[in-house]
Amino acid sequence: MSQPPGVVAPGPHVAHEVHHEELGFWRKYVFSTDHKVIGIQYAITGMLFLFFGFSLMMLMRWQLAYPETALPLFAFLGEARMPGGTMLPEFYNELGAMHGTIMVFLGVVPLAVGGFGNFVLPLQIGAPDMAFPKLNMVSYWCLFLGGITMLGSFFVPGGAAQSGWTSYSPVASIAGTGQTWWLIGMIFLITSSLLGAVNFITTTIQIRAKGLTFMRFPFFVWAQFVTAFLLLLAFPPLEAAGVMQLMDRVAGTSFFLPSGLVVSGQVLDVAGGGNPLLWQHLFWFLAHPEVYVLILPAMGIVAEVIANNTRKPLWGYRSMVYSLIFLGFMSFIVWAHHMFMTGMGTAMAAFFQTTTMIISIPSVVILTALIISLWGGSIRFNTPMLFALAFLPMFGIGGLTGLPLAFNIADIPLHDTYYVIAHFHYVVAPGTIFALFAGIYYWYPKATGRKMNETLGKIHCFGSLVCMNIVFMPMFIVGMAGVSRRLFDGGATYDFADPVLQWNVVSSWGAWALGLFQIPFIFNFFWSIRNGEKTVENPWQATTIEWAAPSPPPHGNFVHAPQAYRGPYEYSVPGASKDFVPQYEA
Amino acid sequence: MDIPYTVEVRRDTGLTNGKIGIWLFLASEVMLFGALFASYILIRVGAPSWPRGDTILDVPLATFNTIVLIGSSVTMVMAWASLMRRRFGTFRLYMGSTILLGLVFLVVKYFEYSHHLELGEYPRTNNFLAVYYTLTGLHMLHVFGGMVVNAYFWGPGAKLWKTNPVWFTQRVEHSGLFWHFVDLVWIFLFPTLYLL
Repeated sequence: MSQPPGVVAPGPHVAHEVHHEELGFWRKYVFSTDHKVIGIQYAITGMLFLFFGFSLMMLMRWQLAYPETALPLFAFLGEARMPGGTMLPEFYNELGAMHGTIMVFLGVVPLAVGGFGNFVLPLQIGAPDMAFPKLNMVSYWCLFLGGITMLGSFFVPGGAAQSGWTSYSPVASIAGTGQTWWLIGMIFLITSSLLGAVNFITTTIQIRAKGLTFMRFPFFVWAQFVTAFLLLLAFPPLEAAGVMQLMDRVAGTSFFLPSGLVVSGQVLDVAGGGNPLLWQHLFWFLAHPEVYVLILPAMGIVAEVIANNTRKPLWGYRSMVYSLIFLGFMSFIVWAHHMFMTGMGTAMAAFFQTTTMIISIPSVVILTALIISLWGGSIRFNTPMLFALAFLPMFGIGGLTGLPLAFNIADIPLHDTYYVIAHFHYVVAPGTIFALFAGIYYWYPKATGRKMNETLGKIHCFGSLVCMNIVFMPMFIVGMAGVSRRLFDGGATYDFADPVLQWNVVSSWGAWALGLFQIPFIFNFFWSIRNGEKTVENPWQATTIEWAAPSPPPHGNFVHAPQAYRGPYEYSVPGASKDFVPQYEA
Repeated sequence: MDIPYTVEVRRDTGLTNGKIGIWLFLASEVMLFGALFASYILIRVGAPSWPRGDTILDVPLATFNTIVLIGSSVTMVMAWASLMRRRFGTFRLYMGSTILLGLVFLVVKYFEYSHHLELGEYPRTNNFLAVYYTLTGLHMLHVFGGMVVNAYFWGPGAKLWKTNPVWFTQRVEHSGLFWHFVDLVWIFLFPTLYLL
């Protein structure tokens, strides 16, 4: 689609003359300062890492289903990893640590916050670009460097980090070189997130269109806004922890190394006096808000898609927004529920289990509001809507199975078993990732001017939904039988695990089938760029401001500076000439 | 493309983008140093014994450095105030002094570090020194970062004064906010490490 020229007025008050200088290839597509290009860079990077992280897991699932059975095809990975195709425990640990790190920090966050946040948020608030376009470019390239560092760590002697995505000290403090790379990579990723967060908050407050008051924000904007605060305030403590662990490893300090630590039968020659629990506190001070960084943008996307496809206003928009803010606040005081097993004492445990119980309330409010929004709507079952609908029960299962973990007593038997894996994967994998798919199908026409293929989309959706459940439902059973998530043979060495071992095989085949069902999506994604059905500005007949811009939006986004005249979801307004009244139409 | 409210104030928020941006950044910095101070407290509380700072560290030298850094904050304000009064020459003078005072701080710190290293007091020696080197090291990185930004506004960045003096003044103000923050961190570090 040709991009209409014309004067782009960036601000409501000032109508600047914008001169479109032609940028070269590098400035236009690689080192771009345009939020849409950066958003797409983030999204593609995020999707590639999601697929890479998933591939690591598909390999691990072989070992879990068929422990120590050779997979000759993978002998090429070398003697240090899979000699003759049989996986070494060290390599299994590498895969596990890097699967978590990549999925969280390089997959979901770049796609949900970097990708959707960058592409959609400025459009939804009627902005010509982000508040700090150059900073935006820098934050993408910090992420890129972080990603390269993480990937590079697979090739250092001893391989990548092996201490889990949580990198608990003292194990991580004395682990191989890969851990140092992990820390350096994390510092890049943290820097990227911090710069992004500053940019998102400033943009939302300052560059929103005239008339767009906070209570007229689409729910997605609110979700990104709260998420940005979480990133801004929760990441620095992990950066501090990362610096200290780096000091432990490089300068030989003992921040996290206790006195008299014995490694391989020898007392470690360090000053000692450090506190291993300090790492856990600092790590979870980030990583619990991080959980909400993963889920809030997803809720935002689902809310947009549901309002659009039920042709109804969101039910309880205000309570949803207040819940979101409350969630954001509470997420800073629940972190130690990850640490009930550390012997923190009953008083502390009681405090953190109470706050954890409380934080489930706003999540339930949001989920309930989304479900009630469906009531009485004439629902359009297109691919984005199917993914959004799949999100609801999947996130529901993930959230509800978290309650037993929130109780100190119930957590003791369940802690560190496959139950925990099943719980948080239900939140993030069929939860967040489904919402991200919904977002991709929903905003694809805005980014490219074409729709993705519906048939392929439906195959992708139903296939993924079934497979996700085949992968994760059995893990509840395995976990409740008491099988630890850390075992590299999936529990085969323990007699008590015998009755549930066959579920490992089921999960694995589910994972590989899930991989197959991503092929229609990958094909669809690229094929539709050229061959998808052409669309107009507002193919979904939506109400929010991003649909006022041409598809794809030109540099500067809008032909005329948009203005907001009403709330975000004026669907099926009685007496209106059509079943939607866009926010941007007078 | 021009981003709105880069220079002019948005009426309903009363702020420019840069002002919000720098304060948000400082909020994240508070969390960074806050986490480090919290770690220091936890490690110290858990330690069977902890040396008093002045038995290891050089208090007079650090007092001198404190005065230097506070002085640099004053010159930083004066640099900004000169721009407000449209006196570019005095701005250069004050901004130059700010950078030089920062340099003095770093040079003093260099002698302090090398003195301790000569005595065989390394970060790995004990946790007091680990905390000392980590916190002051990170603070020094911030001082250095602030100096780079200030040097930019003293040198090449000053071109903006000719084309857009209001914007330039704002940028100097934002850089000043960062500089004051770095100064403030030292005001906390000095008693924590050297006196307590």
